[in-house]
Parts: sequence; C-alpha cells; structure tokens
Amino acid sequence: MDWLVMDRWSPYVAGAGIGVLSCLAFVFSNRPLGCSTSYATTCGILARLAGSRKAEEHPYIQQVGTRIDWQWMLLLGVVIGSALSALASGTAAVQWVPSRWASAFGDSASWRLVAAVAGGILMGFGARWAGGCTSGHGISGGLQLALSGWAAIMAFFAGGITTAMFLFHVLGS
Amino acid sequence: MLARLHANQPAQLLIGLLIGVGFGFLLQKGGATSYDVIVGQLLLTDFTVLKLMLSAVVVGMIGVHLLTAAGLAQLHIKPGGWGSTVVGGLIFGVGFGLLGYCPGTAAAAAGHGTMDALIGGIGGILVGSALFALAYPRLARGPLAAGKFAKLTLTEALGLRRTEYAVVVMAAVLIGLLAWLESAGL
Repeated sequence: MDWLVMDRWSPYVAGAGIGVLSCLAFVFSNRPLGCSTSYATTCGILARLAGSRKAEEHPYIQQVGTRIDWQWMLLLGVVIGSALSALASGTAAVQWVPSRWASAFGDSASWRLVAAVAGGILMGFGARWAGGCTSGHGISGGLQLALSGWAAIMAFFAGGITTAMFLFHVLGS
Repeated sequence: MLARLHANQPAQLLIGLLIGVGFGFLLQKGGATSYDVIVGQLLLTDFTVLKLMLSAVVVGMIGVHLLTAAGLAQLHIKPGGWGSTVVGGLIFGVGFGLLGYCPGTAAAAAGHGTMDALIGGIGGILVGSALFALAYPRLARGPLAAGKFAKLTLTEALGLRRTEYAVVVMAAVLIGLLAWLESAGL
C-alpha cells in the first residue's frame, strides 16, 4: 500500500484516473464532472434556509437549484477525497501563505488573503458568466470535443497566465 | 437498467459523493491542489497541471466516445459564445491568477488545511456566484447572448464528417504535445 502514502503520483496517472472517473460519471449518472455550479447551488440552499422567498424565486437561483444535488455531493466528495489523500501521506497541515507567494510578496497572511478573496470573487463571477470552470468546461467539455470547452480552456489560461505573469514578474520582482 | 439508476435520487447522491472522493483524491495526489504547482503552471515553469488535465481529457475522450458508440453514455455538450464563454473565461482567468486555485482544486486544497483556498477560494467563489446571480437578468439580455458559436463541437468546427476522426486527431495532437513537453524537459 505504499502508493497510498506517497506524497505525489505522476500527473499522467492521476489525470488518467480522472479520465476514468469521467467515464463512470457518464455511465452511472448520465452527467459530466463539474464543480463550479455547486457554489451557485450553495447560494440557493442558503437563500432557502434563510427563508428568502425573493432570492429563491430569482431566475438564476431557479436554474441552479436550492437543494443538495449530484454535483453538490461531488464537490463535498472532492473535499473529503483530498483530505483522505493528504492524511494518508501525512501532508495535511494548516497553511496560510503558500511558499511561492511568500517568496515574492512576503509572509503576511493579510495580503495573501486580500488577493485570494479578490481572485475568488472574480472566479465565481467568471465561472457563472462562462457557464463552467476548469472541470466542467476544461475537462468535461474538452473530452467531449465541445467547442465551448476548448474556447473556455484558452480563455481561462490566457487570463490566468497574463495575471500571474503581471503579479510575479512586474509587481513581485 | 441504467435509466432506472439515473432516476434513483438517493443512489445518485451517493454516486456523486463517491466520484467526488475519487476526484479529490486524484487531484491531491496529482499535485493540483498546491498553489505553488498551479501558479507554476500559469508562470509556465511547472507543467504538472497541463499534464494532468490533458491526460484526463485523452483518456476520458476515448472512453466516453467508445461508451457513446456502445449506447452506454450520452454526450452533454454545452453551447458557448464569444460574449459568454470567452468573456466569462477571461474574467475567470484573472481570478485564477490571483487565487491560484480553481473551483474544484480550491475545495480540495481547503480539505487539507489550506486557508487561502478556504477563505478566498470557497468564500470568494460563493460571493462571486451570488453577485453574478444579482447581475444575471441584465447580463442575460446583453453580453451572455452576444456572439453565440454557430457550431457546438470541434468536429463540426474543423469540418470533419465523423466524430471518430476528431477523436483520433485530437488524441494524436494532445499526446504529441505531452511528448514534446517531456522531451523539452518541462
């Protein structure tokens, strides 16, 4: 069982495994893998729990749902699976500032959180605007040869590479 | 039999959870839950993320198309457009560069104690999704409807007559790209 406690697997092995999981999702659930819609569904669930009828009846919330569904359980599973993997290899640990960030911008957790929260808000907004994320558009759209999937991959990386290059080579140099 | 399983809601929630556990496990073992690895990809110094994504796409592409041909799976292709997919994708990309995780890997990284993924990733993405919902009625009439793609798939866009040809061409291109990355020592 050495492979369970290994810190890292070859990305080809992990990636091929995700390809197999995609196939299983198509066969057993008739759905592609995806993650970002679950965040919008969570907003719907919170609106329902808060008893806000106005939010529950909002046209976008109606589309993404107000109840726990397949994809919401998938995202919950992602948290659990990643925790299991890191616990098995002994690499789970509370971390506030990643080392690459610290080497460019110092080890202040506040600045890292400002950037991360700003990035998260843009990402949530952009994922809903584009209709998917790196999983739903990137992996699932890509493997179905969807034009939207490949267009999204190009746009995700074009925006991401430009932003990271600016952050690390202009601001952080 | 599969149709009955697809309609069984409790079973579907369990299957979703199990596939998610496998997905999170593989993302973590593959290194894709690390900020340093993801940002290394965006800075074009560490190609782990691309290797992982493209391996998933090649295996899934061949598998899903074989399963479809065997009548065991159906494709679910999302429509797209310049105003929706590309503009939204660029906004996502700016967030990707700042956050250093994507919606799936942020949840996975939060699972092993990464606080910027928990607060900025899960918290920020929830706020961004809610803001989008508020803006949706206006956006739906404007940019989201602009420049819709006339074609749905690469097969049609490339003018190929059969999906099998596109699968073979894309598998060859993607495997060639991965082989080139390895030979270049990246």
